[in-house]
Amino acid sequence: MAQLTREDVLKLARLARLDLTDEEVEEFAAELSDVLRFFEQLQKVDVTGLQPTAQVSGLQNVMRADEVKDYGVSPEDLLHGAPQTQDGHIKVRRMIV
Amino acid sequence: MSWQPIADIAAGVASGELRAVDLVEQALGAIADKAEYQAIIATTAERARERAAAIDAAVKNGQQPGRLAGVPFIAKDNFLAFGAETTAASNILKGFNAPYQATAIERLEAEGAICVAKANLDAFAHGGSTENSDFFTTKNPHDTTRVPGGSSGGSAAAVALELAPFALGSDTGGSIRQPASFCGVVGYKPTYGLVSRSGVVAMASSTDTIGALARTVDDAALVMDVMAGKDELDGTTIQRDPASYADLSGASLQGKKIGIIKEYMGEGLDPGVRTCVQVAVEKLRQAGAELIDVSLPSLPLSLAVYYIVCPAEVSSNLSRYDGQRYGYSYPDAATLEESYMQSRGRGFGKEAKRRIIIGTYVLSSGYYDAYYTKAQTVRTKIINEFTAVYKDVDFLLGPTAPTPAFKIGENAADPLQMYLCDIMTVAPSLAGIPGIVLPAGDVDGLPVGLQLMAPQGRDRALLELAKATEEVL
Repeated sequence: MAQLTREDVLKLARLARLDLTDEEVEEFAAELSDVLRFFEQLQKVDVTGLQPTAQVSGLQNVMRADEVKDYGVSPEDLLHGAPQTQDGHIKVRRMIV
Repeated sequence: MSWQPIADIAAGVASGELRAVDLVEQALGAIADKAEYQAIIATTAERARERAAAIDAAVKNGQQPGRLAGVPFIAKDNFLAFGAETTAASNILKGFNAPYQATAIERLEAEGAICVAKANLDAFAHGGSTENSDFFTTKNPHDTTRVPGGSSGGSAAAVALELAPFALGSDTGGSIRQPASFCGVVGYKPTYGLVSRSGVVAMASSTDTIGALARTVDDAALVMDVMAGKDELDGTTIQRDPASYADLSGASLQGKKIGIIKEYMGEGLDPGVRTCVQVAVEKLRQAGAELIDVSLPSLPLSLAVYYIVCPAEVSSNLSRYDGQRYGYSYPDAATLEESYMQSRGRGFGKEAKRRIIIGTYVLSSGYYDAYYTKAQTVRTKIINEFTAVYKDVDFLLGPTAPTPAFKIGENAADPLQMYLCDIMTVAPSLAGIPGIVLPAGDVDGLPVGLQLMAPQGRDRALLELAKATEEVL
């Protein structure tokens, strides 16, 4: 499975909520097939006895006290960039049509 | 006009010999004079002038203005900062004013440093040339037909052009080290977790690091010393080594065991770059270091591992740009669904889209184990090889990139070719180890950087080694 079709790309774009132009769909199908072929070199690597690494900090379960802290940022500051707000909330378009 | 060493500038401001307001004007003047290189997205002139005046006033009142008093700097535009928009060089964040600042910037400001501008990058730090910036491509200060490297290309060019004494960058797979090499400056990528990532636009969270670009090791080390250490806003920050990085005097190469990475010296390496590395190796030997050839046989796999792990994390991190809370929002959508699709489709540039699609693919059910889990497991193999080799040597050495700076447009049409340029920087990122790049000669006038690496957490030792190396190069 190293050949992505137009339909594969469209399905992925849909999963990622990403509208693509027809041109991008064509281009990505070809390019990403190349990239996936490049990844094939990993399939034959022997990893017997090895666990996957998700992070390299050496830290585990970093906890902090669950306390309210004032960082000097107001709700208005945080809402400032939102395209639509109402009564101190972010307003979005209807979900169910 | 050239900048003094950072410690001297700060001492001059603290003693009243230099004025912060003049230093800020010097930086802003240089930025205007060198505008044709397009290293800068926006200045933070108004806020910088206010801060400078306040620092000068504090000095007059007999207050201690800090270890970086009045020192101007430039932040890569993926750092949240006051005084200008934070765009990460992306259209989707155009117009975004950060409600808080990155911890790195807060710590520098607490010591009196002054952010004067935001530097260009590949949008969301996806790239190695700044050609993926949604705005413009920065030009290499040594040859304007060539790229400055990336993604911290604006930061590296800014330091090479002496727009400010130092600049901030982020390095996920080479984004500080490779542009430092291409622009002929010092670039420091710390151990993963040494500097807080809070307030820096996330790319690939398991390898994202924050570091400095400067003209000398001393300058970079002082900046790193101010930024390093635990931060409650970033749970992945580590306990730093207690010794200060600010004083590296007495650093020596005598008896240091350094491994030359065989896999980075093989075919595909530009002969001119190879010569620069070999000349540096000879100088280190003459200064008393012990250099031996070492092999990490899985390193050639690191690029495939990185270009699975990185887009997977990118696709996840970029899901927050949904057109609802901040950033670009498509105005004519009828439904929430359409608003997501169109805001993201129109707001993201091509490389961000490419990585979202790859990342979504390798994380999707049916392919997750074959790609993502396999890549993470090969990552373990690579890390184990670093651990093993560090039993025999204290440090590692190699080139930074296979070639000097390439021409603008040369690799732009072929994403895979562009990814191959990262071959010598991604493995240290996957392993979380620190790396520093130092100018080590040139090929026909184009700078070449030598890359030095240390085990995780040995940042001070690496900076000492770099200081001693800088003295003999």
